[in-house]
Amino acid sequence: MSTDDHEKGPSRRKVLECMTWAGTGVLWTVAGGVPTSLGIIDEALAQQSKGFTFLQISDSHMGFDKPANPNTKGTLEEAIGRVKALTVKPSFMIHTGDISHLSKPAEFDDADRIISEARLDVHYVPGEHDIIDEDQGKLYRDRYGRGTKGAGWYSFDADGVHFIGLVNVVDLKAGGLGNLGNEQLEWLEDDLKGRAASQPIVVFAHIPLWTVYPDWGWGTQDSERALGYLKRFGSVTVLNGHIHQVMQKVEGNVTFHTARSTAFPQPTPGSAPSPGPMKVPEDKLRTMLGIASVTFKQNEQRLAIIDTPLQG
Amino acid sequence: MTKKMKSLTNSVIAGVATFFLFAATPARAEDVAVKIDNFTFGPQEVKVKSGTTVTWTNQDDIPHTVVSPNNFRSKPLDSEDKFSFTFTTPGTYKYFCSLHPHMTGTIVVEAATGSITPQQ
Repeated sequence: MSTDDHEKGPSRRKVLECMTWAGTGVLWTVAGGVPTSLGIIDEALAQQSKGFTFLQISDSHMGFDKPANPNTKGTLEEAIGRVKALTVKPSFMIHTGDISHLSKPAEFDDADRIISEARLDVHYVPGEHDIIDEDQGKLYRDRYGRGTKGAGWYSFDADGVHFIGLVNVVDLKAGGLGNLGNEQLEWLEDDLKGRAASQPIVVFAHIPLWTVYPDWGWGTQDSERALGYLKRFGSVTVLNGHIHQVMQKVEGNVTFHTARSTAFPQPTPGSAPSPGPMKVPEDKLRTMLGIASVTFKQNEQRLAIIDTPLQG
Repeated sequence: MTKKMKSLTNSVIAGVATFFLFAATPARAEDVAVKIDNFTFGPQEVKVKSGTTVTWTNQDDIPHTVVSPNNFRSKPLDSEDKFSFTFTTPGTYKYFCSLHPHMTGTIVVEAATGSITPQQ
């Protein structure tokens, strides 16, 4: 954006290109009401887009130190390094949960210290790993839940887009999937009431709000009711984490997208006995971690999301 | 059908194992181990005598919990962490992992008195 940025352009561009493939996050931009994702990488595109961009990171798992990635701090630092290198500064970040691995204060501290380096506002929703302290989520709520309802859900507006952060990792039922619960769903219905159908909506939550693979619990049992409330809107973007890989689906006006983890990859559905951390060769790891950027762009009927790996 | 057969086999194996332990330590009820591996509880269904202590060990790289609402609830178990619960009341205890609720298991507790034949 500034001349200063341009002077540093070439090296940054290179860094950003790398990101495209490593999956550090997703950069999103909104113009004229429809979200489009840009690669964080894609400096030129980001500059063209008049709308605003925001970034998604997910599944940092601070504290995880098993063979699938013994250095999750390091890869989160790399991801944030990519964010810092962006020439077009995103408006803010969202983090779609599993900030920590075991909900320990030191893990949240590490995440906060590293993520704050990006100097962006961050809007969080919890993953199931963030609410396993003794008081089942109190640590998370004390730290990230100011101004939120219930277990930590909330909404806000930015640049004409309505953002809704949902919690689907609380009060899970035996044999079931992710769960929003009646109280949250009623709140959602009320939150959407009276909004113009033309207002773009971005919903973010940890576990996918569409059924990716129920055998591994990759879905949300009462998401249909939530999607029912969203049906009348012309542009709905649903951003999730949890499955540590990029998946995308478009259904009518709704685009679903899951982001990579910054910590470790997980297998594609059904390709392994379980969804646990996947050990890949050292030189492959960074191609399977990443961030995502989202751009809302005018006159585009649907969102194109570009995920950026830490390394190509 | 196959599933049923499998759980039956598991029960028999658990029964044989517990029978041995029982013989070795007659002063107390036998202990039973349940492994948490690859996001499953194994054996998924176990039959025990009242007074048995069941110990779950998490062998995954991901934390799990062992929760039976109103009966018992473990802390999150990191890799190699264990959780034990002693069953003193006969009944069927269904449990699950509250982090990954598709993971479910059952402990069937039979009265300690009566036949000492290992569970079928």
